[in-house]
Amino acid sequence: MSASQWRKAMNSGATGAVRPLPAPAPSAPGTPRAAAPRAASMPDPYAGSSSPRWLQAIQRTIAAHHIVVAVALLVLPFVASPFLTFQVAAQSLALGLVALSLTFLGGYGGMVSLAQMTVAGIAGYTVAILGTSGTSLSLGWPWWVVIPFALAIATVCSALIGWLSVRTEGIYTIMITLAMGVAFYYLALQNYTVFNGFQGFQRVYPPTVFGIDWRSPVPFYFLALALSVGGYMFVKYLVRAPFGIALQGIRDNPRRMNSLGYAVTAHRVAAYAVSGFIAAVGGVLLVWYNGLIVPGSVGTSWLINILVIAVLGGMKHPIGPFLGAFIFVLLQTFAIDLIERERFNLVIGGAFLAIVLFSPDGLLGLWARLKARLQRPRGVSSSVR
Amino acid sequence: MTRNQKIALWVLVGGPIAAFSLWAMVDNLRLYFVTLLNGLTLGSLYFIVASGFTLVFGLMRNVNLAHGSLYLLGGYIGYVVAGKTGSWVLAIAAGFAVSALAGILMQVLILRRMQGQDLRQTMVTIGLSIVVADLLIWIFTAQVHQIEAPEWLQGPIRGLPIINAYSAYRLSLLAMGIVIGVALWLLLNRTRVGMMIRAGVDDRGMLAASGVNVNLVFAITFALGAGLAGLGGVIGAVELSMVPGEDTRLLLASLIVVIVGGMGSVVGAAIGATILGLAETYGLAYAPTYSVVFTFIILILVLAFRPRGIMGKAA
Repeated sequence: MSASQWRKAMNSGATGAVRPLPAPAPSAPGTPRAAAPRAASMPDPYAGSSSPRWLQAIQRTIAAHHIVVAVALLVLPFVASPFLTFQVAAQSLALGLVALSLTFLGGYGGMVSLAQMTVAGIAGYTVAILGTSGTSLSLGWPWWVVIPFALAIATVCSALIGWLSVRTEGIYTIMITLAMGVAFYYLALQNYTVFNGFQGFQRVYPPTVFGIDWRSPVPFYFLALALSVGGYMFVKYLVRAPFGIALQGIRDNPRRMNSLGYAVTAHRVAAYAVSGFIAAVGGVLLVWYNGLIVPGSVGTSWLINILVIAVLGGMKHPIGPFLGAFIFVLLQTFAIDLIERERFNLVIGGAFLAIVLFSPDGLLGLWARLKARLQRPRGVSSSVR
Repeated sequence: MTRNQKIALWVLVGGPIAAFSLWAMVDNLRLYFVTLLNGLTLGSLYFIVASGFTLVFGLMRNVNLAHGSLYLLGGYIGYVVAGKTGSWVLAIAAGFAVSALAGILMQVLILRRMQGQDLRQTMVTIGLSIVVADLLIWIFTAQVHQIEAPEWLQGPIRGLPIINAYSAYRLSLLAMGIVIGVALWLLLNRTRVGMMIRAGVDDRGMLAASGVNVNLVFAITFALGAGLAGLGGVIGAVELSMVPGEDTRLLLASLIVVIVGGMGSVVGAAIGATILGLAETYGLAYAPTYSVVFTFIILILVLAFRPRGIMGKAA
């Protein structure tokens, strides 16, 4: 065992002892595993001894937050311009879903995969190939056959990627998933018989169902919103379910979970499959949003952008990726007004760098720290640090 | 692995390759050997770039995803220096030096402050690669740049058996790969610094405990690894030309090389680079549509049977 592994094991062992097992508030230390040494001392020491009253108060405020956000989201398309609804809000939701799959995998499973956009792209390509598009390669199947197919294929592919990459540990995962993601990009780029090479598939639009054109801004926004809320709830539920708890246990200490009798590899592959399904839903939304899918949509920059989005928002909570996606899309859309179009990467790269350097838990972590600082005078979390 | 299993493996892997070679040689002898040389020379370039990657990884457990950016940086620096001075040797030296310096800065200013946090370090290098790639586009635009080969390496070498003529520069690539490989081997196995690096790869904590300034060893290794990427950039800039996107390509190649070869092993990098170079060129020559798939299949096969790579040891 190398020194770093030893240190990590010691850290997760120590935090495991301090933390009450079912972990009430998501104080989970060391979500990005790497942050272990410092984050280990971070979890709120009062989480265990919290009185129900205090907890209820927290729940009340969170519920208030939820209601405000929900109302804002529901009202948004009726007050904002179609441009804002479609280009900003709907795109953020679709990207957020793909990033959510990474948050689930990375934040709760401890496996940072760069191939999430690849999985989403596989779903998108399947929709384009089996469904209808502007290219004669498409088979033109009806949407209610195509969508389940797309989701199933992407989920299976994700499980395969997972099966290959969980054979190796921790930091290797990022390399192997990146290699596989880029390999898929080159496959899509070079293959003309199935993937139609560089041109990809144009004019891939959502079907008209129930007499509603799902491509127009407001219906598409609500579709994306419904799926995003669904995905969010699903992840929130799953991380409290036995499977999610076991997964977090495996993240913190695989060896211990293994000796407790959990099938570590099976749990990890299952996590890949679940995240693949979420990413696939996002991928279908994205292909409909863009109306096209080309090799560029699964290129390296997008593989990395998903990571940027997830990290920007914060990997400790399923709301993080949506927040990150919103910021990302805002920057992408409005940064052109301030700087040249080509310099967008500089802005987003710089923002990413700043977040990773100064707040490893993303904007949510920044917010949490700010809140802790504001609350300090009231004497809630003083004395420690 | 028992003796029988070994034989079975050789037959399973070697059989199809031998059959293909036989068919290809009968079909077109010259094409086969030209492709072989192309593959070896490409593998040589991959080795130069990936050996730095694997060194850094082996010692620091740090996946430096900005390695491709260092490659491109070295290439552009080489281009500028070659344009100013007209000397190719100076260009190589400058590419090596500037990339090495950038590597040291990265290590000392950023990565050292998050020692032991593998994932965070990796993400920092991702952020750096985005920023550096964009800065390079800003300065050098997205146009294709190429460095002229030095005069004594321009043009083909004639009178070779079977293949008649072959680019002198490409052939020299092979020589450079071998020279750098041997130099690295000597450095690692015959010098004091090399000893420290090898000890660090095996057990960092023990090395520090025995009184070695580990931070200095890290800085040296990082400089060496980054410098090799920059050197590869200058060499590659003659053969492959520089455009934005090359950084990702070389990064991917380095990733595959070290995954196949085994992380942290220079010999493994040589084996992986040769396999990757041959697979890519043979794929391009004989089945252009699916050349990437071959690479991918190799990756999957290695991962399935040797998850830590051909020369990899359990960490």
